Amino acid sequence: MNKTLIAFGVFACCAGMAQAQEAVVKIGHVGPLTGNIAHMGKDNENGARLAIEEYNAKGVTIGGKKVKLELVGEDDAADPKTGNIVAQRLVDAGVKGVVGHLNSGTTIPASRIYNQAGIPMISPSSTNVTLTQQGFPYIFRTMANDAQQGSVIGKFAATKLGKKVAIIDDRTSYGQGLADEIDKGVKGNGGQVTSREFTNNQATDFMAILTKIKSQNPDVIVYSGMDAQGGPMLKQIKQLGIKAKFVTGDGGCTPEFIRLAGDAANETTYCTQAGLPVSQLADKTFKARFVKRFGVDIQNYAPYSYDAAAALIEAMKAAGSSEPAKYLPALKKIHFKGVTGDVAFDDKGDTKYGAITVYGYKAGAWEPIKP
Amino acid sequence: METLLQQIINGLVVGSVYALIALGYTMVYGILGLINFAHGDILMVGALVALQVISFLQEHFPTMSPVLMLLIGLVVAALACMILGYVIERTAYRRLRNAPRLAPLITAIGVSFLLQTLAMIIWGRNYHNFPQLISTAPLQPVEGVFITPVQIIILISSALLMGGLILLVNKTRLGRAMRATAENHKVASLMGVDTNRIISTTFIIGSGLAAVAGVMFSSNYGVAHYAMGFTPGIKAFTAAVLGGIGNLGGAMLGGVVLGLVESIGAGYLGTATDLCNLPHWLQWASLTQTCSNGGSFELLSSNYQDIFAFVILGIVLIFRPTGLLGERVSDRA
Repeated sequence: MNKTLIAFGVFACCAGMAQAQEAVVKIGHVGPLTGNIAHMGKDNENGARLAIEEYNAKGVTIGGKKVKLELVGEDDAADPKTGNIVAQRLVDAGVKGVVGHLNSGTTIPASRIYNQAGIPMISPSSTNVTLTQQGFPYIFRTMANDAQQGSVIGKFAATKLGKKVAIIDDRTSYGQGLADEIDKGVKGNGGQVTSREFTNNQATDFMAILTKIKSQNPDVIVYSGMDAQGGPMLKQIKQLGIKAKFVTGDGGCTPEFIRLAGDAANETTYCTQAGLPVSQLADKTFKARFVKRFGVDIQNYAPYSYDAAAALIEAMKAAGSSEPAKYLPALKKIHFKGVTGDVAFDDKGDTKYGAITVYGYKAGAWEPIKP
Repeated sequence: METLLQQIINGLVVGSVYALIALGYTMVYGILGLINFAHGDILMVGALVALQVISFLQEHFPTMSPVLMLLIGLVVAALACMILGYVIERTAYRRLRNAPRLAPLITAIGVSFLLQTLAMIIWGRNYHNFPQLISTAPLQPVEGVFITPVQIIILISSALLMGGLILLVNKTRLGRAMRATAENHKVASLMGVDTNRIISTTFIIGSGLAAVAGVMFSSNYGVAHYAMGFTPGIKAFTAAVLGGIGNLGGAMLGGVVLGLVESIGAGYLGTATDLCNLPHWLQWASLTQTCSNGGSFELLSSNYQDIFAFVILGIVLIFRPTGLLGERVSDRA
């Protein structure tokens, strides 16, 4: 009896010593792990986790000392209130950097907390322009923002699909912001905006605004909003005998949109999504490594989450310190090859190499096309 | 011209669905003086029950004719909603019949939340694809004007249902009892009318109509969702007030007028307030620049379509406080 106790004591002492030799650097991750889009939150967390595990396996040395990286995962349930609570919890836990959050709606309020605490935060998937326009030096993202996406949609519509473009948005901060950028993109590329129409994110009937649009005979109708409205809207476009092509942003770039649009979706239906499709990632083995480690497929943003975590670690290595204030200058200047391609940030914290992919409808699915 | 005709068709289709829902509000209000805010959610339950039944039929009897499937779905949904309407009245409202008016109103809002949350638990948060069993391929009765078979059926069947209801209320014994109860509960019961039964019947009929409206709504747009009842519910309530709440003909007129106002408003508000239509000498420099090359500067666009409908309601209520067809009713005892 006594012997086992002593043995246990010896074991405990040595495990403690081993830890003392190898400093632990905590990196936080936040995304919704419960609720409607829990699968996307888990996907982001998996991306960050894979990055940390792979760096640990290779061995990380910061400022001449060997360190062990540790992921602290939190759940914000896609809710701004919860997002702020878990952000504060990560700050209190002493994380040295944060990957997250997923939704712009939770990322923007939480970004203030990280910035005040002086902890760098890199969002892999929040696209609202506001995030990086708050003048917060500690806030970054690896995903192209809505302004970049809007100008791609505008250019694509005006140069590839036809000169006359009608734009509908759902008056949410996402829909409205994106529509304004699309408007600029169309006009900047020699197109004409025949009308801007508006609906809301509860609506199911779009016949009145579509009838008005029809009277102006546009070549393209762009919807800036979510799939739940976009799908039924496309149906009603066909019911009114409108021949215009249809484009929607990332809110509609989902299998759900295709399901709701049914027969109305066809070869003249397009959508755009920030980021690259998995088949076009710079790191060709990423998908295989991801699937091998987690046993599930990549949902959306895991590669961007991986690169966000990698950017934090690369900056710590370059600065020779895991102290946020010390490695922040290195993070601002970072430039490395991530799994999505080149990773670097501009002076606002937006990605310099943000890709936008245009998808076209083909046989019941979205397929990336060359814009 | 085609555009105007098309907007009128759009307005009539939406308006006749509003009218069907508004009948439920107005009947209950006429008899109990209660605004049944859960009415919109009964529409949602109707649509989702029909969806469930039709999916079941499609899975197990794939050879059945689509129209028959829709009819079975409709009947089951109507029955389910009738039972639901009865249960709600019996459990939530009856005990509060003599309570201050605020109590049943708050209870109605509570029932509405309850139904939505239950539906969310049962059917999930996602938008469901409602099978469009009647063709939605557009027909062209006039060059450039489109109407789908579903829309034609919505127009005809809601007209039939409304006509039937008017006959029921004005020509039958049950209808006479309903009118008597509406006029004065106590006296009606002294005259041998079983007022509890009449009130239950009113809820049952109103809920059945809501179920039909829900199935029509979902067949037309091809979607069903746990929160789908809210917007049409509010619109139909507006329609009932616009027409004169408590008045059956008023609810129908109010529904159709509201549908037309919304659709014409969304269609023409922008064009009518386009400052580019101003004569040249009235335009300022930056405006002329915006207007060149086919641009427009719309003061009020479809952004304001809902506001427009409520402005019309406000104006009507200022000049006719009891609504378009409302009559001055003597105060209830």
